[in-house]
Amino acid sequence: MAAVTPLLLLLLLSSAPSFSSGSRNAYNINGRVKIPQGPGTKGYALPGRMSNVKVLLNGGQNITFLRPDGYFSFHNIPAGTHLIEVSAIGYFFSPVRVDVSARNLGKVQAALTENRKGLSELVLEPLREEQYYEIREPFSIMSLLKSPMGLMVGFMLAVAFLMPKLVENMDPEEMRRAQEEMRSQGVPSLSSLLPGGAMN
Amino acid sequence: MAIMSFIFVFFFFSSLQPILSLYEDQVGLMDWHQQYIGKVKQAVFHTHKTGRKRVVASTEQNIIATLDLRRGEIFWRHVLGPNDVVDGIDIALGKYVITLSSGGSILRAWNLPDGQMVWESSLHGPKHSKPLLLTRNLIIEKDNVLIVFSNGRLNAVSCIDGEVLWKKDFEEESLEVQQVIQPPGSGFIYVLGFAASSQFEMYKINAKNGELLKHESTAFSGRFTGEVSLVSSETVVALDSTGSILLTISFHNGKISSQQTPVSNLLEDSPGLAVIIHPSVTGIFAIKTDAATIFIRVIGEGKLEVVEKTNHETVVSDALSISEGQQAFALVQHAGSSIHLTVKPAHDWDSNLLKESIKMDQQRGFVHKVFINNYIRTDRSHGFRALIVMEDHSLLLLQQGAIVWSREDGLASIIDVTTSELPVEKAGVSVAKVELNLFEWLKGHVLKLKGTLMLATPEDIAAIQHMRLKSSEKSKMTRDHNGFRKLLIALTRAGKLFGLHTGDGRIVWSHLLQSLHKSESCRQPIVLNLYQWQVPHHHALDENPSVLVVGRCGPSSDALGVLSLVDSYTGKEFSSLSLVHSVAQVIPLPYTDSTEQRLHLLIDADKHAHLYPKTPEAIDSFQSEFSNVYWYSVDDDNGIIKGYALKTKCSSNVADEFCFDSRELWSIVLPSESEKIITTATRKLNEAVHTQAKLIADQDVMYKYISSNLLFVATVAPKASGEIGSVTPEESWLVVYLIDTVTGRVLHRMTHHGSQGPVQAVLSENWVVYHYFNLRAHRYEMSVIEIYDQSRADNKDVWKLVVGNHNLTSPVSSYSRAEVITKSQSYFFTHSLKAIAVTLTVKGITSKQLLIGTIGDQVLALDKRFLDPRRSVNPKQAEREEGIIPLTDSLPIIPQSYITHSLRVEGLQSIITVAAKLESTTLVFAHGLDLFFTHYAPSRTYDSLTEDFSYALLLITIVVLVAAIFVTWILSQRKELQDRWR
Repeated sequence: MAAVTPLLLLLLLSSAPSFSSGSRNAYNINGRVKIPQGPGTKGYALPGRMSNVKVLLNGGQNITFLRPDGYFSFHNIPAGTHLIEVSAIGYFFSPVRVDVSARNLGKVQAALTENRKGLSELVLEPLREEQYYEIREPFSIMSLLKSPMGLMVGFMLAVAFLMPKLVENMDPEEMRRAQEEMRSQGVPSLSSLLPGGAMN
Repeated sequence: MAIMSFIFVFFFFSSLQPILSLYEDQVGLMDWHQQYIGKVKQAVFHTHKTGRKRVVASTEQNIIATLDLRRGEIFWRHVLGPNDVVDGIDIALGKYVITLSSGGSILRAWNLPDGQMVWESSLHGPKHSKPLLLTRNLIIEKDNVLIVFSNGRLNAVSCIDGEVLWKKDFEEESLEVQQVIQPPGSGFIYVLGFAASSQFEMYKINAKNGELLKHESTAFSGRFTGEVSLVSSETVVALDSTGSILLTISFHNGKISSQQTPVSNLLEDSPGLAVIIHPSVTGIFAIKTDAATIFIRVIGEGKLEVVEKTNHETVVSDALSISEGQQAFALVQHAGSSIHLTVKPAHDWDSNLLKESIKMDQQRGFVHKVFINNYIRTDRSHGFRALIVMEDHSLLLLQQGAIVWSREDGLASIIDVTTSELPVEKAGVSVAKVELNLFEWLKGHVLKLKGTLMLATPEDIAAIQHMRLKSSEKSKMTRDHNGFRKLLIALTRAGKLFGLHTGDGRIVWSHLLQSLHKSESCRQPIVLNLYQWQVPHHHALDENPSVLVVGRCGPSSDALGVLSLVDSYTGKEFSSLSLVHSVAQVIPLPYTDSTEQRLHLLIDADKHAHLYPKTPEAIDSFQSEFSNVYWYSVDDDNGIIKGYALKTKCSSNVADEFCFDSRELWSIVLPSESEKIITTATRKLNEAVHTQAKLIADQDVMYKYISSNLLFVATVAPKASGEIGSVTPEESWLVVYLIDTVTGRVLHRMTHHGSQGPVQAVLSENWVVYHYFNLRAHRYEMSVIEIYDQSRADNKDVWKLVVGNHNLTSPVSSYSRAEVITKSQSYFFTHSLKAIAVTLTVKGITSKQLLIGTIGDQVLALDKRFLDPRRSVNPKQAEREEGIIPLTDSLPIIPQSYITHSLRVEGLQSIITVAAKLESTTLVFAHGLDLFFTHYAPSRTYDSLTEDFSYALLLITIVVLVAAIFVTWILSQRKELQDRWR
């Protein structure tokens, strides 16, 4: 491996014409996928998972895989403008526009298509992590109270205990007037609504 | 009370929490995912070390996978590109899987335990040639070396890092290298081949540095077929191109000597054209003729002797060296409903190391390949296990006369899918066994409540999860109220039909179609499509539904057709027809006969239409609709779209009253120098549209142009039909058409300059969404076209409606020249697409979402509201209320709306949507190499309680409320009493 790595580094972004493979203008594109391995990463970036990362050229026309150190290469690519996409579960990568120059012996220029940012070297990093699941809120009294059942019980309790308090605090004059009004309209009181209320 | 009920209703609605995406613990509740690898081409066992025993396989779908030898599960697998065909695999150093692919130009090494790619080498050479991979334990200066012959060059590659140690070119134009041999223990390599197909060439090469040691050649009078079989380390056998003379060539010590034996000398009867099948077993080779397989032994100097001749279908494995200098190989033969597995030592034909007979399911067809492996039994004798690949692409492991495991890898190549309803639950059938009693039901809900309150212990959580996943409710074999339980009927490339249950994805039945089996009359059967033949629901309820399988004998479009009718409940083929005409197109008609058999019109290559089923009743009901049948054909190569109608009974065939001549109504000829058809799309036949009117802001109405005869066609510049990057933006364009297929009228035409394919499109209701590549921006784009009927727009006047002076009830007809207006808008989209579909609900009320199969093999749901041509940068207040989203230049990708969540549907090919009976829900089935099924509610499940709904919490609330009512009642009574006493 030791012999290959420096070679790769040299080739990076200055991909040489591939050996003598029939057509003269076939080049290699070499690059690297870098997935940050911080404490915040959610298990997708474990070493085993790295093997499931695919690098696709021009919508799946060529597919290649990553070496343990994240390097990848496409062989025998004609000069022109290409599109590289990275498929990795758990990460969102921007597709990369890659120009392979025919004049400059396959010199590669790259730019992210999502934000039109030029890349000085073909190192692809995810724009963001992707979280496929909703996160369950941890249990809290508030969430229970906010649930429809909780609200119902809360309202019930409020009516049962706060309303009499409100009634107590009212001005006795107004209270009497209101009671008279209610009686005249024949609105049943709470007690008459309840079973047995009519007996009183 | 009114307040109470109001509050209750209010809370009830607020309880429908928006659950668009999944929680992690809901995985597997509604969805299932199955992984396959396809038809195995080559398999290598890894059983030497202690620990997990594996088998490494490469398949015809360009997959490398390692399977658990005990259970057949996949440890890891990689899907290579479509052009990256695997040529050879092997295991090196006991820890790397080596693959040679792409015609021998890419050599990769994968870590055996986890599938991480270790190194990759690109091998080039002067010319194209047959790729050969050789991994014998060849050691050069402590380095394990692989010998690869590809592209006319012999390479020695280091196993450790993939570095090419030396290379040697074989540049002669006509040289075709057939074999590369490294005799064990020697330091040189033989390269054998033919030059100008009549000259045998032998090169002896130093394995250490690639130096040419010796070159010999001999000319023969005949020509060679190419295939040679290696009989010993210094003898090969070849057949000449007439298939009648066997050549035995030995090259002992670099001297070539040969012997010719006519095949007819070995066999009394003339066998016809023979082919060598090479088991590469020392001293033995086999030739195969039409009638028989003949095993021939080489004795001494070029003497041949027939050891066995068998007329059965026989499959031979490669040789396996079981001990020092001893080789064995396996033979598999069919006999009735069982197969015979025989393992023989190479030196002694008459003795058997193993002879087993295994009962085999007839529905798997013939054995296509066999791979063997040995192990040492406890009594130090040799035991053998065999991996066999069947005709239906399934993979089985045989050991000790039994099938240890089997994998249905035929499901990796599904061609077409349809669905069928399950039987109705009969009143007499007791279902008490599956339903839980009240106590258990309550216990379950209490557990669930504990889960929601986060009070559950880990055991409880496990119990809850188990209870949810194993719910017997979803895998019952009867129809359910919501229409979630159905049968998915899948037709695979191998000609096998599978019935899968939507609840858990299990295979209910599977049958190899006998009528589409290789036979004398049909030598190369190809399965094409699947149609629903009979869907009984009204007056034929006691009949089973059935499906129609259409196939043909041969790859060309004028080969004769085959029809097969299969019962959806049992999978049994109850009728089949060998047609006397070809099948170019199948049109399911919207008419059924009295037994609810759907009428189908088959169009042959000569544009005759044939009606099926061939019953008098069918022709009667068809006669009345005779003038209403139209169809169209798209000729991609010449760029011609033609419309047809029926004319008269066939003039040529007097007897056939089910055959009709067609007449051409219209044709659209696209200029072939500037446009090439790449994609077409039509509406789904069974799509329901709820309303034609679309209410827009300011109480205005627009009328959707809804026609089932709408065809979307996309063409590109012929230059730009290749891959991305092959053209400049100036010389590429994409033109899209909306065509009425009855009249041939082009309703809309639009050009996207500087764009190219591939185009993926979906057409639904009055809109079409398509995806293409914009070369100028170098990004993918998605565009939407909506088409509205302008002739109905003046019906907004209330007075006209009142007086009845409106045309709302006039039928929609292609003949009335509707005034249409179209609206269109384009957006950027990040990913490449593999498939696109749209959700389908039973009545079409629920809003639509697009289902997008991305290049990463995931399925993304995208609200159709993001693709609305009426989006603007600053929508007015009224438009905002209507739900118009402010315009952005690209479409959002929300990770939570991947309906495949963290799974991949490897090799995604198509997404199929089926309406459930519940209006809010679509059933989604995505297939490729993997299968994935889920329920999806585009606007959330507004018409039923979610699975998450906590009945226990509801019960507790009610109990608390009742208790509270009584407490307050008692309190108020007491208070009233006190008041009175006062």
